[in-house]
Amino acid sequence: MRLTINGKEHVLNDVDESTPLLWVLRDHLGLVGAKYGCGIAQCGACTVHLNGAPVRSCSLPISAVGSQPVTTIEGLASPQGELHALQKAWIEHDVAQCGYCQAGQIMSAAALLKSNPTPTDADIDTAMAGNLCRCGTYVRIRKAIHAAANEINAGAST
Amino acid sequence: MSAAQTSIMSADEYVRGILRAAEAQVTQTTLNRRTFLKVAGIAGGGLVLAFYVGNLNAASANGTSAFAPNAFLRVSPDGTILIYSKGPEIGQGIKTAFPLIIAEELDADWSHVRVEQAPINPAVFGRQSAGGSRSIPMSWDQLRSAGASARAMLVAAAAKEWNVDASECRTANSVVYHDSSSRKLTYASLANKAAALPVPDEKALKLKERKDYRLLGTRVTGVDNHAIVTGQPLFGIDHVVPNMRYATFEKCPAVGGKVIEANLDEIKKMPGVVDAFVVEGTGKANEVMPGVAIIANSTWSAFTAKRALKVKWDERDASKDSWSKAVAQARELAKTEGVETLKTAGDYDKALADAKVVEGFYTYPFISHAQLEPQNCTAWFHDGGIELWAPTQTPEAGLSAVAAILGLPAEKVTVHQMRAGGGFGRRLINDFMCEAAVIAKHAQVPVKLVWTREDDMQHDFYRVGGFHSFKGGVDKSGKLVAWGNHFITFTADGERPTSGGDLSPDEFPAQLLPNVRVTQTKLPLKIPTGPWRAPRSCAIAFAIQSFIHECAAAANRDHLEFLLDIMGEPRWLQEGNEYALNTARAAAVIKLAAEKSGWGKPLSKGRGLGLAFHFSHAGHFAEIAEVSVDANKKLTVHKVTVAGDIGPIINMSGAENQVEGCVIDGLSTAMGLELGIENGRIVETNFDRYPLLRIANAPEVAVHFIQSDFRPTGVGEPAFPPVAPAICNAIFAATGYRVRTMPLTKEGFTI
Repeated sequence: MRLTINGKEHVLNDVDESTPLLWVLRDHLGLVGAKYGCGIAQCGACTVHLNGAPVRSCSLPISAVGSQPVTTIEGLASPQGELHALQKAWIEHDVAQCGYCQAGQIMSAAALLKSNPTPTDADIDTAMAGNLCRCGTYVRIRKAIHAAANEINAGAST
Repeated sequence: MSAAQTSIMSADEYVRGILRAAEAQVTQTTLNRRTFLKVAGIAGGGLVLAFYVGNLNAASANGTSAFAPNAFLRVSPDGTILIYSKGPEIGQGIKTAFPLIIAEELDADWSHVRVEQAPINPAVFGRQSAGGSRSIPMSWDQLRSAGASARAMLVAAAAKEWNVDASECRTANSVVYHDSSSRKLTYASLANKAAALPVPDEKALKLKERKDYRLLGTRVTGVDNHAIVTGQPLFGIDHVVPNMRYATFEKCPAVGGKVIEANLDEIKKMPGVVDAFVVEGTGKANEVMPGVAIIANSTWSAFTAKRALKVKWDERDASKDSWSKAVAQARELAKTEGVETLKTAGDYDKALADAKVVEGFYTYPFISHAQLEPQNCTAWFHDGGIELWAPTQTPEAGLSAVAAILGLPAEKVTVHQMRAGGGFGRRLINDFMCEAAVIAKHAQVPVKLVWTREDDMQHDFYRVGGFHSFKGGVDKSGKLVAWGNHFITFTADGERPTSGGDLSPDEFPAQLLPNVRVTQTKLPLKIPTGPWRAPRSCAIAFAIQSFIHECAAAANRDHLEFLLDIMGEPRWLQEGNEYALNTARAAAVIKLAAEKSGWGKPLSKGRGLGLAFHFSHAGHFAEIAEVSVDANKKLTVHKVTVAGDIGPIINMSGAENQVEGCVIDGLSTAMGLELGIENGRIVETNFDRYPLLRIANAPEVAVHFIQSDFRPTGVGEPAFPPVAPAICNAIFAATGYRVRTMPLTKEGFTI
């Protein structure tokens, strides 16, 4: 079984193909940014990108991943280590409290900005509906997404 | 080096060496008026101050007068300022707040500051816990003194170098200046010289006045934010030990059930499973209940095996608790007064007989903590001792519990403190550490125990449900003159109310009114309960603040004016005790919230403003919710305006974040959170049936602080209690419908 994670190919031996992607990332590949919260695709803490689209990795068996590229929070910054505009905005706006859900939040937001560079509050509410934040940082998540969108768009127009 | 790039796991070997030296000194250094111990650092290692943070009485409570430093401040010759601090980080921002306080008095350049987490050693460190919003008030003086002492020593070193008087020098951003000669020296260049000077007398230190703060009260981003947004391993569940296995633990869904038998042979044959065995446990829910442990090569193999596990339980002594039966019983009991009297004042019966009487029966349910990181702990039994990596709010208590259960001396137990993915009070109890310890000892390999979400919700120490049967008496002038409250709660031991289920006789407004009767009835309960964000207050405020509004409405008076009238003359009920209500501070936050929210402004039909106040954890908070309700009882919370007084603000960003979180948690809980309990079992076991609030329903939150020179208090809790009653009072203002049962879905509302 081969998986392409963050642009790198990993060969997995002795992993049952019914294993959810989340646990392969966490237990077999040491990528622990995606979190376990509920195991039933309700909280979004495990969100990663499959072919650029946000998926709940806790409920996605690796048999369904196949050769499609996976991006996790660890692969969101540029290969040179430049943080994604969302990561910078998350720091700037001091979004996190406990921080446990935030990797999943950022991955959902990154997928949103890729398809919709100028989201409204309503767009954000729809795109982020699958991500719970138990600490209640939603107000800041919204602000940080708008800030990152502005930064990306300002960069694109110069 | 940026403060934002700090990793919790990094280690400063130099400070660890100093720590070992300090531990060795513990028995030799006596505690006197000096709270500081200048540790003999390694030559050339810079200036290191060791000091004590927290309650000094607790430090010497073990009967010795040994001085045990629990925090360190190092100004190193490369300019780095390292603060080695002990408090658990559970999302309340303490890891950023503590160093900010030191850096303020030190006049440090914040970008030079790094923070390290201290190891857990109760013999050396005393209290190491996060709870009750106490971390900040208990550490405020010591942290400021530490920073000011180091600053004074650096200034003294510079003055000596220049041969001038220290009073001629000033400091800013990690530099000492002598303005009249235009000379300056960096802290980095002075660190070694300062280390050779005596520690100044604490009494001679002059702490800054609030108006001179440069860092405190500003918005500073959290020191772990970079690590969080890049997905680095920080949390307990992320920890890995070489050759580690993965464990799950199945307990009886009704607390108290014991294992009769289980299909262990079948489980052991499953792919990836290493072992499966019965754990007898200690029979205490806060330690280890009986169950079946499964050890596997991966979390998924362990979880898969757990689902295939079939256990026959002996439930003779198990919980048979039923929430629906308790509700029915409470409704009957509400018709009378309670058998126990908690408080009487004046002539309650006469006052009531002469007054217009208002009655209301209020109900709130059991709820779960639902912190997003499920309970977990990594444990490794080796070399006759045990090492644990635990996301806990009370690491030192966990250490003692593990030592007792395994029959080990405390020094054979090492606890590594991990960042916790939410606490809310759940991680004050260390059952998950005890379980991991017992399983790891049996397994003889390092194991990471991870609870499933279902485990987490079925084996919580719940926020206890409760009931209030109120009677209020309003006199002809519209004054609240009589207050009756029959509080119906639960008891585990038949004597005391269960944890979180007690009512202070002086709970507002009973202590301010002339004629009072507060009584209590306790129903039996086996399900364990515990502290939940703002314990007691998180539930009581809904009932009391809603009922006060009922009384105001019955008196035909403006709620704001009615509430201020109850406060009466401005006074501090116990002068000098910040945990006692101060009616001047209360009235000030109520007025500020009213002013900022536009209290009294004209609103369209179906829209309303609701007010509530609550004092807890030394914090005075008033909140006003603006809501709309449509004909189908669909609720929209547009905005919540919060006014709070928690003394001076340490980190404005952190404080505002906590308040925003309290408001969203408050709405989330009020809107739809409740647990059914039947036959001792929790009915809702995952988020599909426990609807935590999502982003689309998050209201605008406006936060206003009254900063004062009262001692600061934590803000993770006191902004929570007024949220639910403010929303419910707003619903009444919008519709005339009085909500008396939580959550709102129970009363037919949707969001």
